[in-house]
Amino acid sequence: MSSKRPNQLFRNMPAKVAAIPMVVTALFIFVGGTAWTVVYSFTKSGLLPRLKWVGLDQYERLWGTNRWLVSIENLAIYGICMLVLVFVIGFILAALIDQKIRFENTIRTVILYPYALSFVVTGLVWQWILNPEFGVQGIVRDLGWQSFTFNPLYSPQIAIFGVLIAGLWQGSGLVMVLMLAGLRGIDQEVWKAARVDGIPTWKTYIFIVIPMMRPVFITTLVLVVTGIVKIYDLIVAQTGGGPGIATEVPAKYVYDMMFQAANLGQGFAASTMMLVTVALIIIPWAMLEFGGKRRV
Amino acid sequence: MTFSVEIKNLDLHFGNVAVLQQLNLDIHEGEFLVLLGSSGCGKSTLLNCIAGLLEVTDGQIFIGGENVTWAEPSERGIDMVFQSYALYPQMTVEGNLTFGLKNAGLPKIEIAERVKRAAGILQIEPLLKRKPAALSGGQRQRVAIGRALVRDVDVFLFDEPLSNLDAKLRADLRVEIKKLHGQLNNTMIYVTHDQIEAMTLADRIAIMKGGKIMQLASPHEIYNRPRNLYVADFIGSPSMNFLNGEISGGNFMVGKLTIPLDGYEFAKGSRQEGKAIIGLRPEHIVTGDNLASAAMRTKVTVELVEPMGSDTLIYATLAGTFIHVRMDGQVQAASGDEIEIGFLPDRASLFDPVSEERL
Ligand SMILES: Nc1ncnc2c1ncn2[C@@H]1O[C@H](COP(=O)(O)OP(=O)(O)OP(=O)(O)O)[C@@H](O)[C@H]1O
Ligand SMILES: [Mg+2]
Repeated sequence: MSSKRPNQLFRNMPAKVAAIPMVVTALFIFVGGTAWTVVYSFTKSGLLPRLKWVGLDQYERLWGTNRWLVSIENLAIYGICMLVLVFVIGFILAALIDQKIRFENTIRTVILYPYALSFVVTGLVWQWILNPEFGVQGIVRDLGWQSFTFNPLYSPQIAIFGVLIAGLWQGSGLVMVLMLAGLRGIDQEVWKAARVDGIPTWKTYIFIVIPMMRPVFITTLVLVVTGIVKIYDLIVAQTGGGPGIATEVPAKYVYDMMFQAANLGQGFAASTMMLVTVALIIIPWAMLEFGGKRRV
Repeated sequence: MTFSVEIKNLDLHFGNVAVLQQLNLDIHEGEFLVLLGSSGCGKSTLLNCIAGLLEVTDGQIFIGGENVTWAEPSERGIDMVFQSYALYPQMTVEGNLTFGLKNAGLPKIEIAERVKRAAGILQIEPLLKRKPAALSGGQRQRVAIGRALVRDVDVFLFDEPLSNLDAKLRADLRVEIKKLHGQLNNTMIYVTHDQIEAMTLADRIAIMKGGKIMQLASPHEIYNRPRNLYVADFIGSPSMNFLNGEISGGNFMVGKLTIPLDGYEFAKGSRQEGKAIIGLRPEHIVTGDNLASAAMRTKVTVELVEPMGSDTLIYATLAGTFIHVRMDGQVQAASGDEIEIGFLPDRASLFDPVSEERL
């Protein structure tokens, strides 16, 4: 054996070799593509990318467009409500199932099932359910309550909540199974210790169990947040952005600008704004989470 | 005589599996009782019933004279220490000790005093600000015991508290728990499947099998006068030697051997006759200088030698049965040697081969 410390470059060699394709992909596609997009957002690209500089014109136009502002507002409403509700619903469902109920597998499958559907199917299903003539409203009226009104998709002020319902229906199952996995990972003896200590169940959840589930919460948070930011297909399938522009979202704005309005520069500017927003949220959080001294 | 814990006709079923059946157990004030038994015999289940963590199917539990069969665990005046420590990982040691007390609404000064006292007894003062992840196994278990100490309860329940520790630490903590018991004089009920722990800690040991208590007695009694074949076989390492034979005319006959039973105390007082099993502990078969005290001697051929330092184990065949004999560690023996062994009938145990009860 040599007494020299092995070269750091060659430690864990197989793992490093295996990571090369992913690293290359990440560098070229993600970093390269992102940089390219940002650069072209300062140009007057129309149908095709052209390096004709216009400075911040695209951004000025973007922030002067009502549809973009509505999109941002919708994303904020949808995002905050979705984030809060999907966690609350998912966690409560998981906590209920964790009580060693019967038919656990069946119930878990039923609740997780929507997640296996594509957003297009979810969108269509909820378009029908919320349709005033054939859906919930129609059924309740047929039962005799003639004045019953439940018509979110056709009222611009609340249409985004119609989308939210569909999003929750689809997303809660995933959060539930992740939370359930987290709950099952908690040592039963901790529960017993808390009972012996006389801690009420709700307090045990809040002060002991949920803090222990921190890693699961972070994983779930990442999955849910990425799902929110890139929401596109649900909107297209369920409302098409309507009524009017009531349910427009940023991702749809980007897509429409690039591929329908033949205005690449505008699309690039919008997607750069999305990137900046995400970065503004992620970077401070990542610095808090991973920076500073290592936590135990 | 008041009992600290009384268990009356306790039944516990999981679905239609009866784990505890008609179990009765009385534990004295300040007693250290060890529940000992092989895996799956229901020790933890019994402890959980006492703690109130499992709902009993039938029967009653009294703690400090009060019927607590349906009381919440926190109202029973007990605390429990678990095998996996079960500390709250996101709280500091101090947080772990105080969480239950704060929740119960105790005044701050009182809490601080209790923590100080417990930390002093267990010598965990320097650890109070650390999180459990930054502690060694032994330290964690100390904190877990501390969490029970601060609650100031009458009865401590331990469920294999030392099983996750290495042998050296286990021995150290064992001594500490014994000291702690001497200091506090609480009633302690301690589950283990480690015989040494049971023998060294217990005032009385309850040997369990299949949800029943086979024998409840002092370690000395259990070791020297096991009530049945199961207990005799379970206690002692290496285990007791058993020879199948017959009692007739005050002698035990096995093969060509005749072992006189002078000095053996029969359980029923009077002498029994007929088929029987004799149980002889490896150290109760004597060799060398001790042969003089033996009632009967014979010669065997050594087949295998296991030197263990303080003593040496010899394997040989006696009357068609493979037996082991414990000899002094200084004796040199090799396989093939012929040695003389002797029996001490007053130390032997006789069992009925059918009922397996002590004769
Ligand atoms: N929740 C449960 N449902 C069904 N059976 C159970 C349950 N918990 C325990 N048992 C059964 O009860 C019996 C006694 O279990 P228990 O945990 O009390 O054993 P133990 O003596 O503590 O064993 P060990 O030394 O391995 O801890 C076992 O046969 C076990 O299979
Ligand atoms: Mg157990």
